Parts: sequence; C-alpha cells; structure tokens
Amino acid sequence: MPRDPLHVGLFVTCLVDLMRPSVGFAAVRLLEGAGCRVTVPRAQTCCGQPAYNSGDRVAAKAIAAQVIAAFEGFDYVVAPSGSCAAVIRVHYPALVGDDPALSDRARRLGARTYELVSFLTDVLGVDSIEAGYEGVAAYHDSCAGLRELGVRDQPRVLLRSVEGLTLKEIEGAEECCGFGGTFCVKYAEISDHMADAKAAAVVATGADTLIGGDLGCLLHLAGKLLRRGAKVRVRHVAEVLAGGPRTPAIGERDRD
Amino acid sequence: MLPTSRHFPENARRALADPVLQAALGNIPAGFQEKRAEAVARMPEFAALCDAARDIKDHTLENLDFYLEAFEARVLAGGGQVHWCRDADEARAAVLGICEAAGAETVIKGKSMIGEEIAVNDHLEAHGLEVVETDLGEYIIQLRREPPSHIIAPAIHLNRGQIAETFLESHREFDTSRPLETPRELVDEAREVLRAKFLRADVGITGANLLIAETGSAVIVTNEGNGGLTLTLPKVHVVIASIEKLVPTLEDACTILRVLARSATGQEMTAYTTFATGPKRAGDPDGPEAFHVVLLDGGRARMLASEFREMLRCIRCGACMNHCPVYGAVGGHAFGWVYPGPMGAVLTPWLVGLDEARHLPNASTLCGRCEEVCPMRIPLPRMLRAWREREFADRITPPASRFALGLWAFFARRPWLYHRAAALAAWLLGRLGRRSGRFRRLPLAAAWTRTRDFAAPEGATFQSLWAREQRRSGLGRGAPEPATGRGP
Repeated sequence: MPRDPLHVGLFVTCLVDLMRPSVGFAAVRLLEGAGCRVTVPRAQTCCGQPAYNSGDRVAAKAIAAQVIAAFEGFDYVVAPSGSCAAVIRVHYPALVGDDPALSDRARRLGARTYELVSFLTDVLGVDSIEAGYEGVAAYHDSCAGLRELGVRDQPRVLLRSVEGLTLKEIEGAEECCGFGGTFCVKYAEISDHMADAKAAAVVATGADTLIGGDLGCLLHLAGKLLRRGAKVRVRHVAEVLAGGPRTPAIGERDRD
Repeated sequence: MLPTSRHFPENARRALADPVLQAALGNIPAGFQEKRAEAVARMPEFAALCDAARDIKDHTLENLDFYLEAFEARVLAGGGQVHWCRDADEARAAVLGICEAAGAETVIKGKSMIGEEIAVNDHLEAHGLEVVETDLGEYIIQLRREPPSHIIAPAIHLNRGQIAETFLESHREFDTSRPLETPRELVDEAREVLRAKFLRADVGITGANLLIAETGSAVIVTNEGNGGLTLTLPKVHVVIASIEKLVPTLEDACTILRVLARSATGQEMTAYTTFATGPKRAGDPDGPEAFHVVLLDGGRARMLASEFREMLRCIRCGACMNHCPVYGAVGGHAFGWVYPGPMGAVLTPWLVGLDEARHLPNASTLCGRCEEVCPMRIPLPRMLRAWREREFADRITPPASRFALGLWAFFARRPWLYHRAAALAAWLLGRLGRRSGRFRRLPLAAAWTRTRDFAAPEGATFQSLWAREQRRSGLGRGAPEPATGRGP
C-alpha cells in the first residue's frame, strides 16, 4: 500500500537563492524524483551563519528562531549545502541553549535536517541515479559537510552511478579551500593562498569538472580557477545528479 | 616576549611572501600529517586511548586543588621544593631567586613553553646570568634571537643554509672554512659547543610535559636526550610548569604519553622519556642536589571557571597546528606570541588579552580539522567562536564589520524585505555580469576580486522564480506550507 509521500521543506540557502537558483530547482527535481513532496517556505532567508561565526549571538539566535518556526511542520528539512545543514543540525541546539521557547524545537528540527545528497542516500536509501554527464570530474569535500555531518562517500557513490562520468580524487581532499565565509575577504591573502593550493590540486587531477556540495566553496574555487585560466568547469552536485545541467557552469558565459 | 598578535594581517602578508618559510611549511604534510596518520592507523585502539586521556585530564581538572596539594606533599617528602606562582612576574622571580641562591653563572635549559610564556631567559640574562638552550631547535633560534615558531619544532621556519650561517656567525672559535652543510655536521658542532656548557652549568631548567601527583615527578620527553642531561648534570634542577600539567598517577601519565608522541611526531614514544623525582638520594650515582618546581597559575585557575576550561586538557602535541591550513600558510611567527595555530588562537587572547590578539580567533575558516586530530578532544572551533562572541559583545570588533553585519542581519530577519532586496541585487549583478559570466573587478568586493573572479549570479532569485512557477501552475506543485507549530 503506497504511503503518503514524505513532506520535505527545502532550505534553499541564501547563496543558492541569490547566486544560483538552478541548484535549488535541481534539488527539487531530485527530491521529487525520489518520491518526496517538496515545499519551500517563504519565511526563510539564511541559516544565520554569518552572524553566528562573527560572534553576533543575538542576531544568530533571532534568525535561528525564524528558521525553526518556518520549518516546523515537515517530515524532513533538506538543504543543498553541508555547511547550512550543519548549522541547523549541529549548532542550533547549542545556539538557542536552554531557552524554553526554542530548545526542544531546535533539537527536533536539528534531528530531521539533512544535507541533500546524504538525505537521498542515508534516509531515502538511494544508491544510484539515472543521469548522464560526459566528463571527468573531481569532487570537492566541503569542511562542514565532511567533518560535522560525515558527508564523504555519499556523493561519490551517486556520482559514480552517473553515466559517462569518471570520478577522480583530489590530493589533500580534506584540506579546506580557504572560503570560510567572511574569512575569504577578512583574511583575503591567506584565503587566496589556500584557494591556490586547492585549485592546483584540482587541476592536477586532470578533471574537466569540479563538483561540490556547497556553493560557498564552489564560488570561491570557480573564481580562483577562472582567474588562473584553468579549463575546469565548476558545478554543484545537485545539478549533475539531477541530469543534464541546464545552465552554464559557475562563472561561465550564457551560451545562447 | 612582547606580543605582535595585533599585527597578524601584516605578519601573515610577510610570511606569505617569504619563499624560505613557504618551502619549510611545505614539509609539514609529509613531516607531520602523514606520520601521525600512519601512527594512528597502526593503533586500532587510538580513539579509545584518546577518550581515556581526555577523561584523565577532566578528572584531574575537576579535582585540581586536591592533586596539586598531593603533588606538593610528594615533592616535599622527596626533599624538593614547590614554588607557587600566581603570574609570570612571580615565576621569573622564583627562578632567579633559586639561581642566585645557588650562586649560578651559567644556566642550561631544556625546551619549555612556560619558559617562553614567562620570558625567563630575558629575565635571567638581564640579571647577568648566561642561559643556554639545549634543545637543538631552541638553541638555533636563541642564537638568532628569535621566538619559536612551533611548539614542538621551534626552528621549523628555517632551512639548513640559514642554520649554517647562524653557526658560522656565532661559533667564532672554529675554523671559518670548516664544512657545515649536512645535518650531521651541524648537529656535531652544536653538540660540541653544548657539551662544554652542560659541564659548566650550575642550574638546569626544564619544563614538564606532565606532573605526577602520586610520585611528585616531572615527566620530560625529548628526542635529543638534552632533557636528561639538563636535569642530571647541574647541581640544581628547576622545573617550570603550569598547574594544568598535573595527572593523578604514573599509570595516567603513561596513557597520555601514548597519545602524545603519536599525535606530535607519529612516534610510538619519544626517544627519551625522563621522570625527574626529587633531588639525588643517598646512594644515587648522579642527579641534582636540589629539586625545585616552579608552579605557574598564569590565569589557568580563572580559565577553569570559563567556557575555555577544556583548553586546559591541552598536552602541547602540536597536532592542531600541524593540520591547520592557516598555520600551514603563514607559520607560527605570524601569530605573534608564544603559542601559534588553533591552540594559540584560543590561549593567546586569554594570556595577553583579546584586544591584542583579536585577529587570531578570527583568522580561521573553522574547517574543524584541528578538533578532528586533537587527541584530547578539545572543541577548538567552538572556542574560536566563543572568542568572537566576546569580541562582539565587548565591541572590540571593528565598527565597519559591525555595521555590515548589522545591516545584513536587519534584512535577514525580515524575509519579505530580504526577498525584495535579494531579487534586486541578483537582477542587477546578473545583468552586469551576463556578458562574461563573471566579474574581474567589483566595487566593495576588491578583497575577493584582487585574486579571484567573482561569478555572476544567474539573474533571478530562487524564491522569485519559485513563486512565479507556483502561480503559473495554479495551486502549484506540492502543497501550501503547513501552518507553523503543527505537523501535516
């Protein structure tokens, strides 16, 4: 007997909303393709990470309260970002502390919040994807997803099932790319030094496409690869998994 | 040593432009990261051992007053003395007092981070004593009048040529045309110079990796054997250590030693592990006649009651800095004081003030690798955030950053306004960047675009496109949002 589909609230993330909505639509296609019903609450803006990581606990908590309220009624909350999902899942409970109006709700929200790819694999049990992508790709592990949510093998498993795609490993995969939110402009030279090292490691794989799960890192690395003149296209993992990317790669010209 | 942490950005810029330093830092992945990973892989119970080590320290910190007094009682019973020092001034004065009472002229010293913290060398030298570092790395940077750049590899920022140059300049007693290129030649020369100092010294100062309450011992680990010589040859041995070095028993000390070397250098054990327990007893063939422990609080007791309490578990293995991408980019000197890397970014603001050291907790991507490799399970990223919160609350954060953050938060807390502003920004940037897909220069984003292109947004926000699609498909795909507070 068919069950009611799982009702998923999509946490779009501020970067996808502003910079690359096609990633959001790819996420919706993936979730719906896996049998979920997707809703996008209008009352979301950002997870609050800029305030949280800059020490503005008051603003961070206010934004957390907003997210907690906006995402209360769903079976699951899914974000196309390990970083934002980790803030909601791992950090909100600590951030709201023992505030009686929020602490239980933050814990409940955290427990059902997932990064997109690990939601597909770990919750829905998806282990292959019907999609095609012609090319050699390298996967960039973003720090928060990797270390706070344990997202490492999941995207690799799904990417290996994509027809035509060959997956390469980046040496020093666990090294941060130097994005770090506001770090990349506050300590721009250090950030750039790290980006340079990562870009060189990406180029050394011989891949023509860099794929990752966090738009922050991807915008940063695309910017670095473009400046270096490297012939590596950069895409979010959702775009590739959702089959045949419909938009130019990050930072590339519209091909009319 | 006067901190220069305030100038972290300039320090970092200089470090990034220093090719010798960059070459030296390039050795860290193979030199430290891989060796640690191999050592951990060889030991299936490593994680459990780290948990045990953490629990030992937590228990000790919970009962620190008890173990400190127990330690003192054992030291006294063994014929030694304990000097309780509230701060660096008292600790320096205690060490000088011991040296003067012994009529010392030459003091030899093993590597000690507390020695750096209280700047004991400067103090003794200012009072006419000769102080000689006996750890090879420390000896080299002492000749160069430089601070250490790493807590276990103090001269890691130097290459062989620089060391040879330093020896040629400092060791005037040797033939200037002598060969001084291979590590062997350098080590032999240092050994020859240091041997004479060892034999002449009146006082030997060491740090302590651990203090054992059960036995009244100080444990000193080295790979050169200089610690053992420093504490047995002179007639007076002074241990300088901070109060959080305590562990209850010999067994506990052994547990921590097992994670220490593996985390630090990837060794099972350091080459030398010396247990110093009091002065020479009747019948002992060697050892000092007097044994002093200078115990420094230096803000630790206060730290116990703060959100930084877990930092007191730190055993100074250096794994956090060996795996830190920021340390790997700029090295230790950029951090501007005694302790570099993630552990330094937590400790330095506490010890020299947040006003001086505010950059250090901010200069991190919070990538979390430090916490992952910390054998004592110290939540370093959480503490870096805690410093940022104090900085923001105390209004030390620069006004421009506060303003930008405040403006952003104003919008982020008002979704209806935020969506309009985001749509406008996406439209504007999307139009301007449509031609090439990216910006090579962008006003207000020069810090980004100086070295990186900025990808143009697609031109409309997800929320606006989604709303349009919902309208177009009538009631829309999916269902209306559930009412807040209740599940569907």
